[in-house]
This record gives sequence, structure tokens and C-alpha cells, in this order.
Amino acid sequence: MAAGAASGGSATTDTYASARNLLLLPSWVILGIFVLAPVIMMLIYSFLTKEFRGGVIWQFSLAAYDQFFFDRGLFGDEPAKIEWTYINIFWRSTWQAGAATILSLLIGFPTAYFIATREESVRPIWVFLITIPYWVNLLIRTVSMKFLLRDEGPLNDFLMSTGLIDSPIHIINTNFAVQLGLFYSYLPFMVLPIYAAVERYNFSMSEAAADLYASKWVTLRRIVLPAIKPGVIAGCILVFVPSLGSFLAPDLLGGAKNFMIGSLIEEQFKGNAGNWPFGAAASMVLLSMVLIILMIFARQQSKADKAEG
Amino acid sequence: MPDEAFNMAQHHKDADMSPSSTAAIEVRDAVKRYGTFTALKRISLTIEDNEFFTLLGPSGCGKTTLLRMIAGFEDVTEGAIHLFGDPIADLPPHQRPVNTVFQNYALFPHMTILENVAFGLEMRGKSKSEARSKAGEMLELVQLSEFAKRKPSQLSGGQQQRVALARALAPQPKVLLLDEPLSALDLKLRKAMQLELKHLQRETGITFIFVTHDQEEALTMSDRIAVMSAGEMQQLGSPTDIYERPRNMFVADFIGETNLLEVSVDAIAGGRATCHLGGGHELTCNEVEGIGVGAKVHLSIRPERLFMSEEPAEGESLKGRIKENIFVGTDISTIVELAEGPDFIVRTSNSDRGNKRIFEPGTEMFVNMELGAGRLLID
Ligand SMILES: Nc1ncnc2c1ncn2[C@@H]1O[C@H](COP(=O)(O)OP(=O)(O)O)[C@@H](O)[C@H]1O
Ligand SMILES: [Mg+2]
Repeated sequence: MAAGAASGGSATTDTYASARNLLLLPSWVILGIFVLAPVIMMLIYSFLTKEFRGGVIWQFSLAAYDQFFFDRGLFGDEPAKIEWTYINIFWRSTWQAGAATILSLLIGFPTAYFIATREESVRPIWVFLITIPYWVNLLIRTVSMKFLLRDEGPLNDFLMSTGLIDSPIHIINTNFAVQLGLFYSYLPFMVLPIYAAVERYNFSMSEAAADLYASKWVTLRRIVLPAIKPGVIAGCILVFVPSLGSFLAPDLLGGAKNFMIGSLIEEQFKGNAGNWPFGAAASMVLLSMVLIILMIFARQQSKADKAEG
Repeated sequence: MPDEAFNMAQHHKDADMSPSSTAAIEVRDAVKRYGTFTALKRISLTIEDNEFFTLLGPSGCGKTTLLRMIAGFEDVTEGAIHLFGDPIADLPPHQRPVNTVFQNYALFPHMTILENVAFGLEMRGKSKSEARSKAGEMLELVQLSEFAKRKPSQLSGGQQQRVALARALAPQPKVLLLDEPLSALDLKLRKAMQLELKHLQRETGITFIFVTHDQEEALTMSDRIAVMSAGEMQQLGSPTDIYERPRNMFVADFIGETNLLEVSVDAIAGGRATCHLGGGHELTCNEVEGIGVGAKVHLSIRPERLFMSEEPAEGESLKGRIKENIFVGTDISTIVELAEGPDFIVRTSNSDRGNKRIFEPGTEMFVNMELGAGRLLID
């Protein structure tokens, strides 16, 4: 009897398990097709031989990675030296994306905080206002940005008419222009998660802190920030990661000198001049880098949680 | 980080060792308006040092608003608030030497229990180790030492409540504000915490301002009670004052159970007022200033001040018929119907019922009371 009942019980859980798998199947298929398959394809392509008019020859080769990391001179016969060109592009991209993330945080945090502390009925209006520009195509927004920032553009005209400056400030084709462009491209990704976190925050905790003699600044640092940290981290990742691989803002606002990874990869797949395995290899390096950064973040986070607990 | 208000209050407290009569909190003509809505209508009250003072009233009457004004979370629309003689209405909350136990506890979820309790001490300028050791003592006081390393979410409601209490008491505030701190606890725990709070107040000598909508809780715990309704003070007095000498109909009805009878005053002589209650029944009770002959007012008689007998007893006696007996544990409530008159509830304690019988419904009985038992109410 007992054994029968037990086996009956496990049969029930098995039924649920298989039903669950069956129900999850569409999600697995979609994830497989749209996430896993492209990554695996990229991985494979990065180890193939390039065909000169784009495309690949199905023959194993490490040439793409070799080209990325090493310099063997013009005829490939010198001893291998590290090739800094692409690593520098990566470094600059990381730096630019980091700066854009910090800029977004500096502007996005107060914005999100402001919205989340408005009356409940007007919050959706503010959120809507923030998202309005993003109904317009990114390319058009970036071009408009270029128009705004150029030497004869409205910004410089305005500054000159106020007498603040005598000659136009050159913003276009600088690092700062790229950072501004990235900041503007991804600002809502910073604002929205922080907004959600602040909205969930229970403000009676700030009152409790003030009641216990904490000034506004200390309350923000010791009570509010720890509570909304997950939102801030999510916002930073959501801005940093796409900024890192972005090519519109660097191309249009940064000019040739401020080339970023996104542009490098884009070029490899464009027209006939490209090098697909090299583009795929650069993508794999980028992907690994993002994964490593995220993993370090997650590790630190769980360490901090453990230390607190 | 020394701050003026705290030191000033500290100074006052020290000077207060001499029998001066500086009140802990003095609220003078305080008005609070939210837009056009007036939440508090000119409240004045004085709370003495070391007092267990309760603000009692139904939900929405403005208790929390008044408490938040004292803590500094709401500004005062009109009027003044003094703490040991110093005006504090313009000080931000973090500069008022007053701590609050919040209704929802508002513990910091990312900090341990010990860090929660140490927070206020650190903010007062204590070193981290000093704050922690003091916080440990506070946790001992509320019997939570073994939970020091846990997060608030790992404690039960009652334990969280005690943490909130320890956290608010740790910096030794001049005045502790408690906003319905026990309302989320079950009955048994609530009763235990009522006693614990009362003891803590005596031990620490800190002035407690306690908010509740539970009249029984207020009567049990308080030195004095302010009964509020719709933003107005109805009565201020000791629990016995409020219970036995309610000033008006609201207070009589809100505090405890009572028989509220519509009466008109027929005659007043020798400090006694004779009233009739309809159906030809008459009652005499003590005269109340402001109620003259011909007034149509209410008379309040507590059910436990009434007793029944088969023959009219000395004092006031009214003839009626038993309608129903209701067993309520320690007592029996009997509803007695006067002929063409109002119903009375008579409460008989089960312990002093002794050899008295429970009379069946339908039995004709006399309802009796002493002369002073009934109380005429203004409005
Ligand atoms: N921020 C506010 N804005 C408008 N009205 C408020 C606000 N806070 C409280 N009130 C109103 O003031 C009255 C008193 O509220 P409260 O002090 O919380 O009552 P209690 O604590 O006695 O239940 C209520 O009618 C409430 O709706
Ligand atoms: Mg309240």
C-alpha cells in the first residue's frame, strides 16, 4: 500500500515535470533560434577562412584571431608581436561606454528619483515624456544630434549670442560627442529601472532615518541607495552593454578618429571589402568581455550580500 | 555631529532636576490643513515629563498627523510646539531629540538587527564599536540578543516590533512617539507587549506619546489620555476621569460600553437633576454645569453600575422585563426592556454573582443604580 502510494506520488510529479517541459518548449525553441544559434554561428565563422568578396570558405583557420591579437609584419614572416590597433579600439570603446554610463547615471538618477517622487497620478505622464524621443529612429536622432552640436549649429549659435563664448566650441568629432550621443541613445534604459526601484522604495524608511538623526545626505547614502541598488546596477548594465557595441553614435558624431568596436565589426560585414571571420572573431572577443564584466559584477554582488548577511 | 536642539533639550532636562514644571511637550493652538481640509482644528495640550500619554480616537481623527507634527514630518500650519520649553516647529526631524516607533516598523531591510539598533547611536556621533555595544544592551532589554545578526525579514512581527522599539529607545530620546505600535500583533502578544511597554516606560523614565484607536489599550496603559475626534480634542484626563466622567456623548460612547439614554431634565434641586426617559420612567442623577431645566440631553450609565433585583432596591429603581442574557466569559450581560421605555444593558460579574440566579427572559425585574451612577452629557 505504502509503496503504491509513494510511486503514485512520484508519478504525479513526473507528469508535472513533463508537462512543464512541454509548455516551456516554445520558449526554448525561440531562445535557441534567436540567441544560441547566432552565437554558435559566429563562433564557428570566427574559425573559418575568409573569402575575398565577403562570406567564408569552410576551412578551419585561426587567422582571424591571429589578425586581431598579433602583428607578424607585412609578409607574415617576422616574430609575432602584440597587435595593439584592435585592442586599443576595444579599450577606447570600453572607456567611451563607461563614460556614457556615468553620464547617464548622473542625469538619469535624479530624473528617475524626481519622477518616482511625484504624485502617483502624474508619474506615467513623466515616464511617457521621457520615452517620447525614442519613438523616432535612432539614426535620425543621432543625425539630429550632429546637427545640434556642429560648429554652426543651434547650440553654438545660442552660446555665442549669449556672449558666453566668442568662437564655436568644437564638439563634433570628439570623444565627448560620442559620449553625448551614447548617453542620449540609451538614457531611458537608465531612467526606467531606477524609477521602478525608487517607486518601490518605502519612504517611511527615509523618515525613520531622519528620525534617528541622519541628515538627507546620509539617508541617501546609507538607506536609499542600498535599497535601490539593484535598479541602479540594472540601469548601468543596460546602458553600458549596448554602448559598447554601438556604431551609429561613434560613426556619425565621433568621426574616423573615434572609431569603436561596433564600427569595426560593422565594416567587416559591409559590402565586398569585409572579412567575415575577423568580424566574427571581434564579436566573440566583445561577447567574452561583456560576459566577464557581468560575471565579476555578479560575483562581487553575491560577496557583498554574504558579507552583509 | 553635535546639534543645537539636542544639546539645548539636554540642558533643559538637566536643569529640570529642580522641581520646575517644564513640560516635555507643549502643543499650542496647533492647526494642520491639507489644502482646504483641516485635519487638526486648534489643538492644545501639555504632556508632562515621564508621562505615558495616549492619543486616542477613531481612525482618521488626526492622531498620526499630530504625532508626525511633533516628530517633524509634517509642518505646522498654525500654532507652536515646544519641547522642554524650546520651540521645535521649525526644526527638521533629524535635529529633534524625539524618536518614533513607526506603525509599519520601517526597519532597514539591508541591515542586521544590531545595525538597525546601532544606527541612531552612530548618527548621534557614537563610534561604531560604542554604538554596537550600546545597541547590544538595548537588544538584551527587549530580549532579542540572539537575533542580533539576523535581517529584519527573518523575524516575526512581534520581534520586528521589539526591534523598532529598541532602535527608537537606543539614542535615549527626550520623548518617544509610538504610532499604533501594537495594532499588527495578535491579541495575546498585544497584551504582553502592553505590559512590556509600560514597564519600559517606567524603567527608562522617557516620556511616551502613544497613539491608539483601541480604548481598552489606552485605559490599561496610560497615565493620561487625550480623546480626539475629527481633528478636535474631546477630553483630556486620567483613564478613570475619561471612563467615569466622560464630558460629552462622543467620549461616553467611544470609551467602553454604556447605556446612552435620551432624557429631558424636569427639575434641578440640591445638586440633583431629575430627568424622565419616556414611558413615564424617572431617574435622578448629579447635576452637570451647563445643563438646565428643560434641556433634552443624553444620560450615560455604565452597565456594570446597574444591578437587578426582584424588589426595588434603595436609590434609583426602574421596573422592566428581561429580554436576553448574553454570556461574555467573565460577565453576563442582561438586556432589560422598560415598559414603553428604552432597553438597558446590565452587566453582572460572574465572580460576584455568588448565589444570585440568572433570570430567564420574560422575568419582571427591577433595574437599580446608585444616585451618582448616571451622568448627564453635554451635546
Ligand atoms: N498627506 C495628506 N494629505 C491629505 N489629507 C491627509 C494627509 N494625511 C492625512 N490626511 C487626512 O487627515 C486626517 C487625519 O489623518 P490621520 O492623522 O492619519 O488619522 P489617524 O492617525 O487618527 O487615523 C484623515 O482624514 C486623512 O485623510
Ligand atoms: Mg494613524
